[in-house]
Amino acid sequence: MPLTHVSNTPAAPTAADPSRAESREPVITLEHVVKRFGSYLAVQEAHFAIGRGEFFSMLGPSGCGKTTTLRMIAGFEQPTEGRIVLDGKDVSRVPPYRRNVNTVFQHYALFPHMSVADNVAFGPRSQKVGAEETSRRVDQLLTVVKLAQFADRKPGQLSGGQQQRVALARALANYPQALLLDEPLGALDLKLRQAMQIELKRIQREVGITFIYVTHDQEEALTMSDRIAVMNEGRVEQIGTPQEIYHSPASVFVANFIGVANLIPAVVEHANGTDATVVVAGSRRMAVPAGAWPPRPGAAATVMVRPERLRLTSQAPADGRGVPVTVEHAVFQGPVVRCTLRAADGTGIVAHVGPEQSLPALEPGLPLWIGWDLDAGRLLPPDTVGADAQPFVKADLRHTMGRASLPRL
Amino acid sequence: MAGTASGGSRRSRLAPYLLVAPGILWLLVFFVVPTLTLAQTSVTGTEGPWWEAYHRALSNYGTHFFRSLRYALGATLLSLAMGYPLAYFIAFRAGSLKNMLLGLVVLPFFTTFLVRTFAWKTILNDGGPAVWLLKQLHILGEGGRLLDTTIAVVGGLTYNFLPFMILPIYVSLEKIDRRLVEAAEDLYSTPMGAFRKVVLPLSLPGVFAGSLLTFIPATGDFINAQLLGSPNQQMIGTVIQNQFLEVRDYPLAASLSFVLMAVITVGVLAYARVLGTEELA
Ligand SMILES: Nc1ncnc2c1ncn2[C@@H]1O[C@H](COP(=O)(O)OP(=O)(O)OP(=O)(O)O)[C@@H](O)[C@H]1O
Ligand SMILES: [Mg+2]
Repeated sequence: MPLTHVSNTPAAPTAADPSRAESREPVITLEHVVKRFGSYLAVQEAHFAIGRGEFFSMLGPSGCGKTTTLRMIAGFEQPTEGRIVLDGKDVSRVPPYRRNVNTVFQHYALFPHMSVADNVAFGPRSQKVGAEETSRRVDQLLTVVKLAQFADRKPGQLSGGQQQRVALARALANYPQALLLDEPLGALDLKLRQAMQIELKRIQREVGITFIYVTHDQEEALTMSDRIAVMNEGRVEQIGTPQEIYHSPASVFVANFIGVANLIPAVVEHANGTDATVVVAGSRRMAVPAGAWPPRPGAAATVMVRPERLRLTSQAPADGRGVPVTVEHAVFQGPVVRCTLRAADGTGIVAHVGPEQSLPALEPGLPLWIGWDLDAGRLLPPDTVGADAQPFVKADLRHTMGRASLPRL
Repeated sequence: MAGTASGGSRRSRLAPYLLVAPGILWLLVFFVVPTLTLAQTSVTGTEGPWWEAYHRALSNYGTHFFRSLRYALGATLLSLAMGYPLAYFIAFRAGSLKNMLLGLVVLPFFTTFLVRTFAWKTILNDGGPAVWLLKQLHILGEGGRLLDTTIAVVGGLTYNFLPFMILPIYVSLEKIDRRLVEAAEDLYSTPMGAFRKVVLPLSLPGVFAGSLLTFIPATGDFINAQLLGSPNQQMIGTVIQNQFLEVRDYPLAASLSFVLMAVITVGVLAYARVLGTEELA
């Protein structure tokens, strides 16, 4: 099994791995890594490879083990089981100061008693690269992060965003094999955050170094990453490109965590590897692509459709992929009308209705049909993990929204 | 009505001064006034010119001044050597024992200075346990003593002022963000290098404060030398006390006090300069 697959997650099959990332030479490999704190299982069976030059994100709710995974790669924690391989060498027991990876800490951890230039020079000086080369790197990196004119200031005299960039320059000045970033933009306000996202992406392209980026912000992960690992309760649920994660989530958890997902309960009628026929809403029989999950006939399943892929019609769709619903309410949101609907079995549905769909006035109680294209639906394992695994905002909304969920606000 | 408004804003502008007023008043009454009185005493009441007492102070008690500075310096260095590792351990390694250990550091203050120094006299006595042990180990010869030696006086000073060294260093170490140490190790510093380049420089304010709190009172101390030393270990504090209370040569005692103040001030400024420039480097 290639390392880019996630093993041992029976409820969460992997989507097809991206050829793009597979073709890269791996720079960091986690092999069956487990981390326990006492009896608490913080990370279970992390098993994946990160390619050279890749922008790799780890995404997941608070406490899912992102920081712990990153700290194991940096060397601040040692895996309880498994190996971490850096550039072909097992570094599982190597202390941080002998690993060629560098960290950008969430709260920057700049040395307050040193100037910006001395902060950036810290790593090269510790590695004894020589005064000339050190000052060349300091100049180079301060130029990259556009802080050359602040070289003599102390960190305390800089704004939050500037400190963030110093932390970045300080880590990059060592020309590491990988840069580890733990929610580096977490302390910044929204505007600065967005500006820094673009800035980070530019710098990563410019220096061509592997970035391992921890965040709990799905939008940030989607816009910046080459690949994303979605984590939940210490498990990696899925690894894939942003498109794969969004369009072909491997589990209900992933579907819910990234964007808005409609989750329609279904029963598998028959299945043949990649395609399945399921029964939805008691009697509607329809074909659904099964992805990597191998469904068995008679098994419970979930059909996932994104709100923007739903079509609302007055009549049952001709292709049979349709469910009767009634309108609960509709909110005009500019580009789309966000329409909350309910199926006969109580399942809540959210549809984003664009102006191209001509419909009668969406009054509460209006009976309609939802339909979707064959490739818009995904067959997922049933939501066995339950409401606990959902971010709390979604859990709160469940009683009003049925099984549909909203993005985090 | 404009008058009331401006009165209100004047009051708010005065507020900071009102807040410091009690402290200023306290210092005026109990520090500035006595100091001025002392200054006056030092230049009057002698037969000769106004500097007569100063002349006597400098020409007769030079050895006492130098001895005091030497002893105080010794006690400060010993306190630093013992106090820094202890403060480091309490701040970084003690875990749940932290509060208990800090309590133990402060515990001696529950008995008075005098009683504790007397206890040392008992310990160091010729027939006492310390001398007995050292003689058993043949470190001390047959007629060897601990009491009335330099070791006893410097040891007593060190013992008495050690907590004043430990506590400020502990506070400055405690304030250091542990993530800075991780950052240093992430940037290829060994644990020792991280200590030298990050922890030590950031704890220098504590070292500075602790050294002053030890050195200054140790220089002027008159109890340890008196109880644990012989006349050969007499420090300037003992001389001043003697001149004030026994001999009652007030001009001499006052001028000795001023010379001591001047010496300490110069020493402290020099020390601040050394540590200050090191911090900038
Ligand atoms: N040193 C430790 N001792 C005990 N438990 C720990 C330790 N470090 C982390 N944990 C636990 O491991 C789990 C994962 O923690 P981790 O910091 O990796 O989460 P995270 O995904 O980074 O969350 P967040 O988004 O809130 O930063 C948490 O439940 C945490 O309480
Ligand atoms: Mg974290």
